[in-house]
Amino acid sequence: MSHIVEMKSIRKEFPGVVACDDIDFHLKKGEIHALLGENGAGKSTLMNILFGLYQPDNGIIKLRGEVVNISNPNIANDLGIGMVHQHFKLVHNFTVTENIILGLEPTRGLTIDIKRAREKIIELSKRYNLNINPDAKIEDVSVGMQQRVEIIKMLYRDAEILIFDEPTAVLTPQEVQELTKIMHSLINEGKTIILITHKLREIMSIADRCTVIRWGKVIGTVNVSETSEEKLAEMMVGRKVIFDLDKRAASPAEEILSLESLTVENRDGGHGLKNFSLGVKCGEIVGLAGVDGNGQAELVEAVIGLRKPDGGKILLHGEDISNLSIRERIEKGVAHIPEDRHKHGLVLDYTVQENLVIKNYYLPPYSARGLLNWDNIYEHAERVIKDFDVRSGQGADATARSLSGGNQQKAIVGREIDGNPDLLVAVQPTRGLDVGAIEYIHQRLLEQRDQGKAVLLISLELDEILDLSDRIAVIYNGELVGIVNAAETDENEVGLMMAGGRRGAAV
Amino acid sequence: MKTKARVKKDFTMSFFAILLGMLAGSVLMAVTGNNPLEGFIYLFRGGLMNIERIGNTLATATPLIFAGLSVAFAFKTGLFNIGGAGQMLIGGLCATAIGLTFDLPKPLLLTMIVFGSLVGGALWASLPGLLKARFNVHEVVSTIMMNWIAYWTVYYIVPQYFKGPFLETESQRIPESASLKVPWLTELFNGSYINLGIFLAIIFVVISALILERTTLGYELKAVGYNRDAAEAAGINVNRNIVLSMAIAGALAGLGGATFYVGFASNMQIGVLPAQGFDGIAVALLGANSPWGVFGAAVFFGLLHTGKGFMNAMTAIPPEIADTIIATIIYFAATSVLIERNWDRIRKINFGSLVPGKGKNTLEAESGGDE
Repeated sequence: MSHIVEMKSIRKEFPGVVACDDIDFHLKKGEIHALLGENGAGKSTLMNILFGLYQPDNGIIKLRGEVVNISNPNIANDLGIGMVHQHFKLVHNFTVTENIILGLEPTRGLTIDIKRAREKIIELSKRYNLNINPDAKIEDVSVGMQQRVEIIKMLYRDAEILIFDEPTAVLTPQEVQELTKIMHSLINEGKTIILITHKLREIMSIADRCTVIRWGKVIGTVNVSETSEEKLAEMMVGRKVIFDLDKRAASPAEEILSLESLTVENRDGGHGLKNFSLGVKCGEIVGLAGVDGNGQAELVEAVIGLRKPDGGKILLHGEDISNLSIRERIEKGVAHIPEDRHKHGLVLDYTVQENLVIKNYYLPPYSARGLLNWDNIYEHAERVIKDFDVRSGQGADATARSLSGGNQQKAIVGREIDGNPDLLVAVQPTRGLDVGAIEYIHQRLLEQRDQGKAVLLISLELDEILDLSDRIAVIYNGELVGIVNAAETDENEVGLMMAGGRRGAAV
Repeated sequence: MKTKARVKKDFTMSFFAILLGMLAGSVLMAVTGNNPLEGFIYLFRGGLMNIERIGNTLATATPLIFAGLSVAFAFKTGLFNIGGAGQMLIGGLCATAIGLTFDLPKPLLLTMIVFGSLVGGALWASLPGLLKARFNVHEVVSTIMMNWIAYWTVYYIVPQYFKGPFLETESQRIPESASLKVPWLTELFNGSYINLGIFLAIIFVVISALILERTTLGYELKAVGYNRDAAEAAGINVNRNIVLSMAIAGALAGLGGATFYVGFASNMQIGVLPAQGFDGIAVALLGANSPWGVFGAAVFFGLLHTGKGFMNAMTAIPPEIADTIIATIIYFAATSVLIERNWDRIRKINFGSLVPGKGKNTLEAESGGDE
């Protein structure tokens, strides 16, 4: 068996971290090889080295048996290595053809020979079943199509080795299936694929072999047919991962949050919130399901106080809080895990300890008579860091910016839950996180419920809603479509409601 | 809280900027046919060679310290206060007016002057703060306009109410009891311009540092400056902090105005915006927006300003060279952001094999300068 790529003892250090710690990686010709690891494990760094974006501090790369020095992406292209980045690199007001030939324009005299390029693209599109319209503008085509443009861009450059960086993150389930087909047809045509991902299900369904990386080190390479999701997860995280949540039956008590005919107008031309009524009880998790942009943001902002409602009431413990300030609501027991942790969740240039008291720094024991008590703030931070397993280079003194996404999120979750809130509004609490962190945060949300607190969970991931919620409210077009018990429903029903279909009745 | 490494890095950056500025100055001196070494010796001797000149250096630095603190403080809340000059004028006007109006014992009168200039500057600067908080008017625009309002206010009030005996364009001299100059200090420094303002400046450097590092107020101000959205979502009243930050910045600049007009000088000229108000931006930049950094940067600028006359007298080098050096330093301090971004790379190129952070800063700065 021939190795088309051999990377030996690859080492790459960034200030303070070893991203790749003497990594060995072997790629067989004609396989789909998954590279699995948590966020920040070093898989993207390794691939960026192969693609010439980074130079390794140490180690050698052999391509088809010969040692090569890939000092920039152009050389990688010449060697037949192509990469589809997680964030596509396309010019939006250019056509598909223009994007594909960018940097490699075929010329005839002084003009670009767009006709020849167009023909080649149509031919490639047919051969790999990519179904691409070469004359469409990028801004007019779907995300899935944009990805296919990126793929054809690599094929146009005669790439043999195709690197996909988290290709499914932006796709709908149907588009993922399409992509899988495309990958198989690429393999049939003799290409080799490297798939960077942290999604286990994908690996099981697409890949032939899988190399697992943790903390910059290779844990092992396995044949996918001889392994299972559980085993891969354990290799990736370094311990057993519980897939089934330990979820007992809820014992809901009195209603704590009541939205009564809440109306919030939208200033940016979206749906806003219309006449929305919903109750959340102590000891339950209510999930709010819906396609993005159907009024979820308005609902959250109205409840936590970032936006004034245009009509209706928000009752907390039976008291109208619609006109209270954000701080007054926090003091009454409303906690919030924001959707955008960098914008609303953390002051990135503050240290972890400073961030952990951002909602109560003005209260004892963190301050007295306007003077901060750094000892108590530090102690508090140490405790939250320990309780919520927040990992950072310098503990409480590390800036929030230096933490990985998962640890930033754990810090926010820790801060919000540590305040012992009566109501926790959790918006996309696990977005962009890896298995380990997701599992952990889900467990914490359930704990919160079991302690008799209320959780309002807003998520675009239907799986998350179905797994965690006791009741599911579905929002569409700013209106409540219906409320269903999680135990009595399934993906199909909720999915239908998310598209606006009333339960058990025609619209 | 700033980490130690961060402070060290800021210090190195500023040192780097100064070094490059002086290098550029040397080139200019050499090009104009002078010996740079000689020039710098006279420049520094002019600011330091005797107790009187040291006093003058400190006296020149005093309003710069306040102006720099003012800019740095507002900057911590994410606000760019370009209104230091106007706030100094108003502070100076309040101080002069109080000094010329009341006939009281010196300690009492000086207390009133300090308090008056502080309040005057604070009120003056809180207006752009309010405009920003209430109507989202950009503070750069409004503070610049406030500079001109201050300019014309002084232009009107001084000749109208405090006209000097000889000239229409300046106020009366303030009485000795209203001056921050005190005989014992002047004598201690052999007749220099130094005045009580320098002690006031040190006190306010300490106060500013305390507010920023130790108080809930400082915590809020910086949180708003770093990330307004997160601060708001955490329940911090963003608008109140914007107004407060501007008010404090104005108070500091107002005090700077007092130390300039009733300390360094003894009367007010009309038709002049004090240059220190703008130099404060450079001081804050070079001082990396930290109170003690501002203090150091202001004293350094004071030294250059005081020494340039002596350099001019002893050599053929024109005094403008000193201004050029200052300008170049500002330039490099401003571009230090670029240097900082590539800091780790610069470090790696020269000392890739050495253990990082082993105090090679001077060397690094020099080798960086050769590039």
